[in-house]
Amino acid sequence: MADAVKLDAPKLKAKDFKSDQEVRWCPGCGDYAILAAVQSFLPELGLEREKIAFVSGIGCSSRFPYYLNTYGMHSIHGRAPTIATGLATSRPDLSVWVVTGDGDALSIGGNHLIHALRRNVNLKILLFNNRIYGLTKGQYSPTSEPGKLTKSTPMGSVDAPFNPLSLALGSEATFVARTLDSDRAHLQQVLRAAAEHEGSAFVEIYQNCPIFNDNAFEVLKSAETRDEAIIRLENGQPIRFGDRAVVQSGYGLEVKDVADVDESDIVVHKSDVDDPAYAFALSRLSGTELDHTPIGVFRSVERPTYDEQVRHQVEEASAGVDRKGALDRLLNSGDTWTVL
Amino acid sequence: MNTVRQLDRVVIRFAGDSGDGMQLTGDRFTAETAKLGNDLSTLPNYPAEIRAPAGTLPGVSSFQIHFADSDILTPGDEPEVLVAMNPAALKANLPDLKSGGIVIVNTDEFTKRNLTKVGYAANPVEDGSLDDYQLIEVPLTSLTIGALEDYDIGKKDAARSKNMFALGLLSWMYSRTTGVTEDFLKKKFAAKPDIAEANIAALKAGWNYGETAESFAVQYEIPPATLPAGTYRNITGNQALAWGVIAAGVASDLPVFLGAYPITPASDILHELSKHKRFGVTTVQAEDEIAAVGAALGASWGGALGVTTSSGPGIALKSETISLAVSLELPLVVIDVQRAGPSTGMPTKTEQADLMMAMFGRHGEAPIAIVAPQSPSDCYEAMLEATRMALHYRTPVMLLSDGYIANGAEPWKLPDPADLPDLSVEFATEFNDTDSSGNEIFLPFKRDPETLARPWAVPGTPGLQHRIGGIEKADGTGDISYDPANHDHMVRTRAAKIAGIPVPDLEVEDPGDTDVLVLGWGSTWGPIGAAVRGLRDRGIPIARAHLRYLNPMPANLGEVLARYDKVVVPEMNLGQLSQLLRSGFPGTDVIGYNKVRGLPFTSNELQDALEEVIKNG
Repeated sequence: MADAVKLDAPKLKAKDFKSDQEVRWCPGCGDYAILAAVQSFLPELGLEREKIAFVSGIGCSSRFPYYLNTYGMHSIHGRAPTIATGLATSRPDLSVWVVTGDGDALSIGGNHLIHALRRNVNLKILLFNNRIYGLTKGQYSPTSEPGKLTKSTPMGSVDAPFNPLSLALGSEATFVARTLDSDRAHLQQVLRAAAEHEGSAFVEIYQNCPIFNDNAFEVLKSAETRDEAIIRLENGQPIRFGDRAVVQSGYGLEVKDVADVDESDIVVHKSDVDDPAYAFALSRLSGTELDHTPIGVFRSVERPTYDEQVRHQVEEASAGVDRKGALDRLLNSGDTWTVL
Repeated sequence: MNTVRQLDRVVIRFAGDSGDGMQLTGDRFTAETAKLGNDLSTLPNYPAEIRAPAGTLPGVSSFQIHFADSDILTPGDEPEVLVAMNPAALKANLPDLKSGGIVIVNTDEFTKRNLTKVGYAANPVEDGSLDDYQLIEVPLTSLTIGALEDYDIGKKDAARSKNMFALGLLSWMYSRTTGVTEDFLKKKFAAKPDIAEANIAALKAGWNYGETAESFAVQYEIPPATLPAGTYRNITGNQALAWGVIAAGVASDLPVFLGAYPITPASDILHELSKHKRFGVTTVQAEDEIAAVGAALGASWGGALGVTTSSGPGIALKSETISLAVSLELPLVVIDVQRAGPSTGMPTKTEQADLMMAMFGRHGEAPIAIVAPQSPSDCYEAMLEATRMALHYRTPVMLLSDGYIANGAEPWKLPDPADLPDLSVEFATEFNDTDSSGNEIFLPFKRDPETLARPWAVPGTPGLQHRIGGIEKADGTGDISYDPANHDHMVRTRAAKIAGIPVPDLEVEDPGDTDVLVLGWGSTWGPIGAAVRGLRDRGIPIARAHLRYLNPMPANLGEVLARYDKVVVPEMNLGQLSQLLRSGFPGTDVIGYNKVRGLPFTSNELQDALEEVIKNG
């Protein structure tokens, strides 16, 4: 449903981005926090609401567009990146966002995710990772930990999980970040960086599902453990957390006690390193056990965007062309003959 | 001086190894023939393998052309002339050759090794097995090499020009010119003038060989056909379809967005459109069929004319997204160039077996409009029709072409772009209702009472922000709704919208004095027309009609069917239109004539089948 407000100078508030639809996630769902953070972040884009489009697939997170007073499409399972690619390619005036989940993006839609990332379509992809299937009521997902007991794995899951950031980096993503549903300031800081990025921005948001996978990220949230578990990546800063630091080790990175390393050996974070190997090594610091979990922007590099290049070709070819006249010339091109 | 004999028509088939350039030879012969004003129809036939082992039966590629001094409808049932570049080509194509026809064989290739490869125990050129035909032996390869002795190219390259020698020879035999092909070769090999010159020399050598060799006592002439005045070109179905997409963009004044994934026999539409970005055509080669249709739908949402092209297996993959488009009520043109299935089937062979998939191949009640072009050039108009329906009724439309018309070619009287229909649409830009408090609001599913189409408010339109999705929505507001009565209403409304799309009445060509109607759809138009013509020439009356609109069907269809005691429905499937007619019009005596051989019907077999029904009536 539309709202009559039309602003001359865009000074919108979070409430301007709320739609008239009742939000229907389970009580305590991490999606509420993400929605509130996104709604209060969107005014920062400085865009009129009609210039923003949210596209989602299927799953709990994919209800997201209904709750935003922007243009939105709740599409089909896994396919949001395809629809968003068509929209973003044909409409450079829009800010196009994809909201997806670990099942939607990494299972059924895995193919579209990797191709959107390698093409570097100007899309902001928010992957709400709760490491479980929520909407279908509790089966394991491609990010669930091995051995997980779920409705479909009563003896424990034997699937090896994806590391979503490693996957994104392997897909040639130009922007890769991770944040937490419960840390609004950090979430918005990451959204800001994603919005500023030209091209595909991939943001993994750890999100709690209180019904089927409650406290999956508790180690990153509880006051007792979080300082030892969360690695906050800051550009230009040595990577330290708690009493520990990240240092180079062989071909990768490793966590060591600060006491055991020289200050000069601590890796200084740099998200614009051209070689994705560094960001990949960062993404491997934590597995499903989350013991050392970097959050923040892992990688942010510039590469021409797919949609811009596609448009450029069309614009260059079509500049000043009278389509009707050109059609007449096309029809009459090559071998023709006239019957009198 | 040679004898010149007049013919009114001839069917020639060029056959050789996939690497022999038979498609190019046929294409060039076609261009020269078109230039001379003959009516013509062509049938390329090539293996799915890019290069099957040389000299084997699976590697045979052929190109048939039928041309005449009057209008013709098919590429011809049986070739009267067969050019066989090797034993495999002879073996694969001889059974089709008309008894007493001309066989021109490249004797250089009839070596023991090549003969053994295809199972010839003895050389058919020598053992009398071709006695029923007019055999002409030409050492094409060595003559070509000889003709190119003075050119600075190797023997192997010289031998590759043998197809041009053959083309030159046939051009002489049938009084064709070679100028169009010479220009073509100069352009094609602009970067390699040596090769261009060698090919032209081979072409001319072939022509001169006909003129001087004693084996060619007769030269044939086929006078031009009297076609309606106008400028013509030769066109294949895929090319006409691609140009139809461009024309649809012009007629609707919308940018065109094609999402496609390569698949035989539809890929040429993607190739062609990729070359024409100057028309504001964006082409995206997506990662798969699903992404292709998804991107097209996303572009449609944004206000472009979204088009996706594929063949049966790809359409199956797109099915869920087409259903989404049904639910979203957004325009989308889905082009299915049908091929022989199921599964991979026979990718380069034709079939009409996707009609039921087009009608019903989606989950839920998800009706869409369906249009089927009847000939290669007709693809252009059919695409405009599909676009009209898609844009004005905010619905996916399936266009059902097939391999036969996609690759077949015919002369086309060029339309004038000034006569394009106005397909422009109005996007919603204003509020269209008021809420209970008197505020102006936008209802994304408030329908046009006439068309039942919903407003198309594209993202970016100020004040009309709204959300759409695959979940059932309340009519009017578009809000999520699980209300039973609303769902029933929406399902019926979407069906009524499609059923209510106006389509022209079915035209019947009835000579009188008959109670039999032959009713076809799609690419069987040519063969059925030729069969009907043949029957009438023999004084056997029969009525005929052809369905272009498969959904909705013409309003007068029931009345037409009721006029005839018997309705014969030839289809390259096991009776899909027949089934639709039987269920939709239960009183009709529908007699299916069904073959799925991957080949178009011949007009002779259809004549026999129709005559049988008429006699037993």
